[in-house]
Amino acid sequence: MSEVATWTPERQDGAVRSMVRLYATLARVSIMQQFQYRAANYFYMIGMVTEPVIYLVVWSTIAREQGGSVGGYTPGSFAAYYIVWTLVRNMNIVFTPFGWEERIREGQLSAQLVRPIHPIHYDLGMFAGWKVVVIVLWLPIAGVLTLVFRPELSPSWQQVAVFAVAIWGAYLIRSLLLWMLGMITFWTTRVTAIFELYFALELLLSGRLLPVGLMPSWVRHVARFLPFESTFGFPITALVGPISGTALVVGLARQLLWIAIGAAGVNVMWRRGLRTYTAVNG
Amino acid sequence: MPSPAITVEGLGKVFEVPVRDPGLAAAMKSLVKRRRREVTAVDRVSFGIEAGEVVGFLGPNGAGKTTTLKMLSGLLHPSHGTCKVLGFEPSRRERDYLRQITLVMGNRNQLQWDLPALDSFQLTRAIYRLPERSFLEQRDELIELLDLGSVVDKPVRNLSLGERMKAEIANSLLHRPQVLFLDEPTLGLDVTMQRRIRAFLADYNQRHGASVMLTTHYMADVEALCERVIVIHHGAILFDGPLRELAQRFASHKTLVVTLAEPADLSEFGQVMEQTGTRTTLRIERIHTAAVTARLLSTHDVRDLTVEDPPIDDVIELAFASGVPTT
Repeated sequence: MSEVATWTPERQDGAVRSMVRLYATLARVSIMQQFQYRAANYFYMIGMVTEPVIYLVVWSTIAREQGGSVGGYTPGSFAAYYIVWTLVRNMNIVFTPFGWEERIREGQLSAQLVRPIHPIHYDLGMFAGWKVVVIVLWLPIAGVLTLVFRPELSPSWQQVAVFAVAIWGAYLIRSLLLWMLGMITFWTTRVTAIFELYFALELLLSGRLLPVGLMPSWVRHVARFLPFESTFGFPITALVGPISGTALVVGLARQLLWIAIGAAGVNVMWRRGLRTYTAVNG
Repeated sequence: MPSPAITVEGLGKVFEVPVRDPGLAAAMKSLVKRRRREVTAVDRVSFGIEAGEVVGFLGPNGAGKTTTLKMLSGLLHPSHGTCKVLGFEPSRRERDYLRQITLVMGNRNQLQWDLPALDSFQLTRAIYRLPERSFLEQRDELIELLDLGSVVDKPVRNLSLGERMKAEIANSLLHRPQVLFLDEPTLGLDVTMQRRIRAFLADYNQRHGASVMLTTHYMADVEALCERVIVIHHGAILFDGPLRELAQRFASHKTLVVTLAEPADLSEFGQVMEQTGTRTTLRIERIHTAAVTARLLSTHDVRDLTVEDPPIDDVIELAFASGVPTT
């Protein structure tokens, strides 16, 4: 028998470059996968347009009946809001907490745990690749919706720049939050009711159902202390307006704060959850 | 001084499982007071595996094989004892440790279903941070050894089970691990594919001196690959030693196949298992083998004679049935 060889890791790059390479590879693999299902992806996106179109038609009708606007939103600004909504909604799709049960039951988590990366990088990289495809597929859909609903949209370059960053911030926050939600599965599998409660709150307080600005003042106040608006309403308003330069900066700062809180939460839950998992499941 | 690749001392795993009696009353009661029972999956086992050694880890379903492999690969925290693999404590799951091991489970997939395996290989390269040259060398070697040339450019979903398993094995060896934990790698494969994977594993072990711990229900895997076997049953080790000694330890009989010049009744020599013309198969007690053989040769016109241990499957079954831990 030979002696155990002293192992020297063959790493060609620094940690940061390796991580960038990993994310680029994950995104590339994801894009290639999405190309396999390009038609299904398109039908999925077209189906997703139904929800905002209903909101748009309802709110536009109300605006017209109230003399042309509701809370400052005209049919044209509602059209802008809900067309941008379609992109933000797609950017918001991340690894679902419902997937965690399957991930644990089918042993997929075990397969990931024997590899030397944190599984969240896998999810973030893969879904980020999907987003690239989504943005490309979204452009013609946005074109058609623009022709049909005539949105009023004239953002400044600062708004466009903040929007371009904010949609990725929204993606990151929602990924982290839903990872935390999904990790509850480490302790109990009967978590559907918790997930549903979360999604109901998110629907009301994020700006998905209607712009948060149209909510009663106490709801707006509550929403300010929750992460939902940073994942939905803020990126839309950043582009559609009306929004001040200060509000743009505060919105980004709030996203950063939620990313930090989400990352810390994921870290703590992951460590504890993994301890439970490796005690009983493996 | 050579150090073992794997050292296991008094390793144990106890699970707590919820239990309750049947019926509505018991269901209501369990709402208030939950009963739990401790189940010992692995019962303080100890063994060591040297670098480059291939060890078969055998046992019936539920014996504790997979639990042990999971503890060694860092997926489960032990309840008792310690284990060290390549000097690392597996449960700490350090990245430098994970880069040196692999765990292949016959029913788990690492490959991307919709893409050719070559794309998954690139992903593995990024995960393990492999330099391009050594990655390409290792990849091409694995493709050649596993005869994957015509397979790796097809989407994985279009591959047969055997082709997929070979591609999975290649993917899990791209980082050239020092220790391989293989949990039923030939599960569900046809005989030809099993043989091919066995030949590959033997070759890989020879080339890279990797330590291999293999669980399988196919005794052909064990006979082809493992000089040493560890038999585990009810979480405890029944046997740990060379494969050839397993039969000596557990099989009290041998099989004697004799061909005579003319048909004869040989029942006085042992239990006749089968007789076809001049060929007779006898079951004789191990301790009497030499004496019976000598007597047969001196009293009959023997044309051919072979003495065999019982088939390894039967020996393993005898070992499980004995249930007596030995080392």
